[in-house]
Amino acid sequence: MAEIFVLAEHRQGQLRDITFEMLTKARETAEKANADLTAVLLGKNIKEHAKILSEYSKKVLLVEDDKLENFNSDAYQKVLTYLIKEHKPTLTIIGHTSYGVELAPRLAAALNIPLATDCLDFGFEGERFTVTRQMYGGKVNVKAALRKAESYMVTVRQAAFQAQKPLVPLNGQVEEIKAPLTEEITSKRFLEYVLPPPGGVDITAASVLVGIGRGVKDQSNIPLMEELAKSLGGVLACSRPIVDKGWLPSDRQVGTSGKTVKPKLYIALGISGAFQHVLGMKNSDLIIAVNKDPKAPIFSFSDYGVVEDLFKIVPALKNKINESKAQKTP
Amino acid sequence: MDIIVCVKHVPETAEAELKIDATGKGIEKAGLVFDINEWDDYALEEAVRIKEKFGGTVTAITVGAEDSDSTLRKCLARGADKAIRLTDPKFIGSDAYATAKILYSVIKNMHFDLILTGAQAGDDGSAVVGPVLAELLGIPHATMVKKIEWGEGKAIVNRELEGGLEERLEVKLPALFTVQTGINEPRYVSIMGIRRAMQKEIKVMGLADIGLNENEVGEAGSWLFIEKLYVPPVEKQAEFLTGSPDEIASKIVEILKSRGLV
Repeated sequence: MAEIFVLAEHRQGQLRDITFEMLTKARETAEKANADLTAVLLGKNIKEHAKILSEYSKKVLLVEDDKLENFNSDAYQKVLTYLIKEHKPTLTIIGHTSYGVELAPRLAAALNIPLATDCLDFGFEGERFTVTRQMYGGKVNVKAALRKAESYMVTVRQAAFQAQKPLVPLNGQVEEIKAPLTEEITSKRFLEYVLPPPGGVDITAASVLVGIGRGVKDQSNIPLMEELAKSLGGVLACSRPIVDKGWLPSDRQVGTSGKTVKPKLYIALGISGAFQHVLGMKNSDLIIAVNKDPKAPIFSFSDYGVVEDLFKIVPALKNKINESKAQKTP
Repeated sequence: MDIIVCVKHVPETAEAELKIDATGKGIEKAGLVFDINEWDDYALEEAVRIKEKFGGTVTAITVGAEDSDSTLRKCLARGADKAIRLTDPKFIGSDAYATAKILYSVIKNMHFDLILTGAQAGDDGSAVVGPVLAELLGIPHATMVKKIEWGEGKAIVNRELEGGLEERLEVKLPALFTVQTGINEPRYVSIMGIRRAMQKEIKVMGLADIGLNENEVGEAGSWLFIEKLYVPPVEKQAEFLTGSPDEIASKIVEILKSRGLV
């Protein structure tokens, strides 16, 4: 019977959300394709993870070894090459995470398995295997097909699928496999995790956030944005480009590589709404976005939208807020 | 240290309104400004900084059409010593995998201590070329690199993980790193630098020069084939506030008042 692999992702003793998102989508794909769903779990002292995964899959391939204690794509590639050659899965699913990006392309090239990365959706369509992904920072969707092959590989965008437990646990059998890692891995060695520096402002605790993006254009415009945030009793947050340019410290960054926030009000100024940012703020109570591009993705995650130059809106808004406050306190 | 930087000439789309073209497989390019891919910009800057510290050369290389020359000129103006453009009608339609094979066929004959690429490209966002190139060359790699330090025959790199976390890895050299934005602050180019760069030669190579056959490049040599582009379906649409800036500001304040936020 055909088999579908899902590579379980875990770090510092925790199975990561992407693992369950992948397993949910894989379960649906396996049912349609009449295939068995196998979770692949690599690491050290991770039997607890295997137990959890067995509820979500028909089988868990568990490979434990000292060399797998921390993620190392070179060690993973050796083990997965062995498992894929042995099991010949029709599809291998990996997260489009920092780990997946490090591992999947090289593994696919080594095995000459066609790969599509950062997929929002995928599936077998008769003889074909097709994927949905995005281009141009999420402004365009792409339907694409992979070259016809015996085996395919995809990496999956975080939060593209909603994780759901099977109605009845699948009670997959855990199969322990000895790691085919006889030699030391010397090409690349994990040293340590580096925690983000403690910040002065905790944006996750703020009830009002003014989030700024590329549209702010110049560092000299930051004080104006800061004034707007202050008039609302809030603080400034931002999307990645602002931190990359060094205009705000990294503890102000909202998104997959920054913080996840859920304020009462989030005002997005000049933020186009790439998914990396949106994942960090879409659960805010009220979202108001200002952007010049009427098709900016941010508007499909906002309650209210303004298609206008933010430099016209921000001063006007600041004045109106201050007026309104002045009326309140005579 | 001899460093090769792989770059891509892409349209700037962050603030542009995009239209799908008549083929349904691409976007209308007219009116868009093209420039060096943002991630590659940081990779090039990192390469030039390493050269300034340790000596050596920086070679910028791209797979693309003739208009990619402006991106290569920018690299030369910023401090690259040489530029190579790989151009052939047969390369059109190459996905990230085919592009990596094209780069490999040229780079395997060059001397290098380090290869840098952007972590991904702003157009297709695949994040595939770098690690595939490393596999073909048989050298170690690290992706999404935010910091590089040097040791004897090795580098210590910080890789970006999720939620602000990073990991430190020790990687043997020669190696390939894909660079994440924010690793440095790319410099501005002086007018003099641009003038000097205009006089430097850009080496152009085609399929016949690189020893691949046409089945290995373009669509024939690719993994992924685009069938159609479409505007992402909108699940929820914002209610748009219109009027003069003052009127819009008043409407926003009313909304905030109704929720007790002002």
